[in-house]
Amino acid sequence: MRVGLMIPCYVDVFYPEVGIATLELLEKLGVEVEYPFDQTCCGQPMANSGYAGDARATEELLVRNFAKFEYVVIPSGSCAHHIRNKMTAAAATPERDHVRSRTFDLVEFLHDVLRASEFPWAEFPRRVAVHTSCSAIRGLHEESMSERVHDAEFSKPKSLLRKVKGLEIAEFDRADECCGFGGTFAVNEEAVSVKMGVDKLDFVAKGRADCVVSSDMSCLMHLQGCAKRLGRNLSFLHIAQVLNGPRA
Amino acid sequence: MRPIPLAENSAKFVADKGHEGHFDAKLWMIRQKRDAMARTIPEWEELRDLASAIKEHTLSNLVHYLETFEASAKRNGAVVHWARDAKEHNEIVHGILKDRGATTLIKSKSMLTEECDTRPYLESRGIVVTETDLGERIQQLDHEPPAHIVGPAHQKTTADVAKLFAREYGSDPASREPTYLANVMREHTRPLILEASAGLTGANFAVAETGAIVTVTNEGNADLSGNAPKIRICSVGIEKIIPRNEHLAVFVRILTPSATGKRITQYTSHFLGPRQGGEMHIVLVDNGRSARLGMEKFWTALKCIRCGACLDTCPVFRRSGGLSYESTYAGPIGMVLMPALDAHRYREFPKASTLNGSCTNVCPVKINLHEQIYEWREVMEKKGEKPFVEKILMNAAGRLLSHPGAYRAASQAANAFVRILPRWAVYNPFNTWGRQREMPAPASETFHEWYRKNRKHRGK
Repeated sequence: MRVGLMIPCYVDVFYPEVGIATLELLEKLGVEVEYPFDQTCCGQPMANSGYAGDARATEELLVRNFAKFEYVVIPSGSCAHHIRNKMTAAAATPERDHVRSRTFDLVEFLHDVLRASEFPWAEFPRRVAVHTSCSAIRGLHEESMSERVHDAEFSKPKSLLRKVKGLEIAEFDRADECCGFGGTFAVNEEAVSVKMGVDKLDFVAKGRADCVVSSDMSCLMHLQGCAKRLGRNLSFLHIAQVLNGPRA
Repeated sequence: MRPIPLAENSAKFVADKGHEGHFDAKLWMIRQKRDAMARTIPEWEELRDLASAIKEHTLSNLVHYLETFEASAKRNGAVVHWARDAKEHNEIVHGILKDRGATTLIKSKSMLTEECDTRPYLESRGIVVTETDLGERIQQLDHEPPAHIVGPAHQKTTADVAKLFAREYGSDPASREPTYLANVMREHTRPLILEASAGLTGANFAVAETGAIVTVTNEGNADLSGNAPKIRICSVGIEKIIPRNEHLAVFVRILTPSATGKRITQYTSHFLGPRQGGEMHIVLVDNGRSARLGMEKFWTALKCIRCGACLDTCPVFRRSGGLSYESTYAGPIGMVLMPALDAHRYREFPKASTLNGSCTNVCPVKINLHEQIYEWREVMEKKGEKPFVEKILMNAAGRLLSHPGAYRAASQAANAFVRILPRWAVYNPFNTWGRQREMPAPASETFHEWYRKNRKHRGK
């Protein structure tokens, strides 16, 4: 199995430890991982803002970087959703369609492709609020959706986290309501964005969680930013960091 | 006209903590009631599929069904008028009233007449117009447009209403009990209803087979407005047509749970023909609907049955307030409908979404709302309705992110630069992110650098 590792641009710059945890975790699970050096970004910041023309070259670079892999794994539901479901600015080639259909968020890759059944090296004795991004829920169907009341309830990230020794999942109100990040929305609609973030923190606090875990660092960057400013005592971790266990 | 400053308006609403909290809690409660009611209907998703399919079929054969409806309505003794736009609609309504010497009009809630600004049009021509829906009447007394499709006064607290009624009707300002307030309104509005020379209703559905105008209400005010006076006018958007009575079995079951979380409303009324000795006029209004029918990516928004479920679930709408949009339709459906009417005026609308997709999931007629909002962003860019600075930034980002060498140099330099900047320089007035949020701390090395040092380069 040849797996190309894609690291989101903001993870590369702000959260390298998340990229490292993702790589180490995949290696521990016996996956041969390659990180193509010429990668930059998935093109979502431009495409999401309406600038398909400006996203095209970036998306085409991504296709060139990853076309040779059997699987592309990226530790972000949001980027995976863009690549699989919305990456249409790049010219329609067999390579583009190959990359689109073979790209997986880390959670999906662990849960659906590797079917990872245990993480014996991981231990995390904390009460964890699992925040799954809207892209991961409604774009990639990593969880059942609260609006679809007749669907069977499931959560891929939670079923992975339940395999971690000591970890307790804290349920909280409005769990699948958007946290307010939303890419450029976070700055275009700053006041509403922050209010959504603070509300999310309040619901998490009522669920008596001491840590928020997500497969999207972009949501956490926003939530952590709100929490730090308010002086809230809460930690934020990417799911790869929890599943990978303590750094060796 | 100037673009609506939606973000600015929303920021003011967020700062009004009492109302923001009230609005959010109220709408979220309705969303939860909707979930609970949908849970009791095992075929809920099947009903959504059917409702969507019936609407798509009807819209795809709209001419046929409109002509069938017209023939049925005429058979029932109604007069059918056709209006190309808001202006024609208002002229027709005013013409009917003027020709008959009618000077007082009672009306039930109708989003179409909001779209057409019918009330101010008639008022400026000497007609006294009284809204009979409780929420809509509250908004009328307070000189405000509706803040929500289904609950026009949802933005107001009972304290606000008590104060307003005290001012307008001299009732007790300290009494916030809803039944008391409803009675105050009833006492003052009933006489106006009985005296009115004409009544106007909207339509939830217009049935082609029977020619019936169907209204779905709780207060019975559409029945009063439509039946008390001798002249009845029904304003109907051409997308309200459904083929046959049996299709109501789908729509009536799905509309009320989506709108209020109740199983059914108190009244579902079929207005077939004029009352004895009276007249019934039906005004079929286009007002941009035919043009939308020709828009490949946006025509399905015509399926909308105005239930407001997308507003209730939208986390942005609940915290922005309905009036911040300064438009007939707000929230997800507004972001999809309004830009088609005036791209410049509503240029900010498609931005006011996180594209979370909850709206699409609750929509009873399965409009892909969040995908259409995404599409509108692209349309705004093509129409040149994007701010200059944003265009430059996106263009530069597109160039940088497609050149790996330049990107690496820039990201590492920026990272190093931010590390040495003092706090006041990072949190400058142009840093919108940092107004109420901390920035992430820059890392000592990027993942890229770490990988180069710690893993054998297998690539190329």
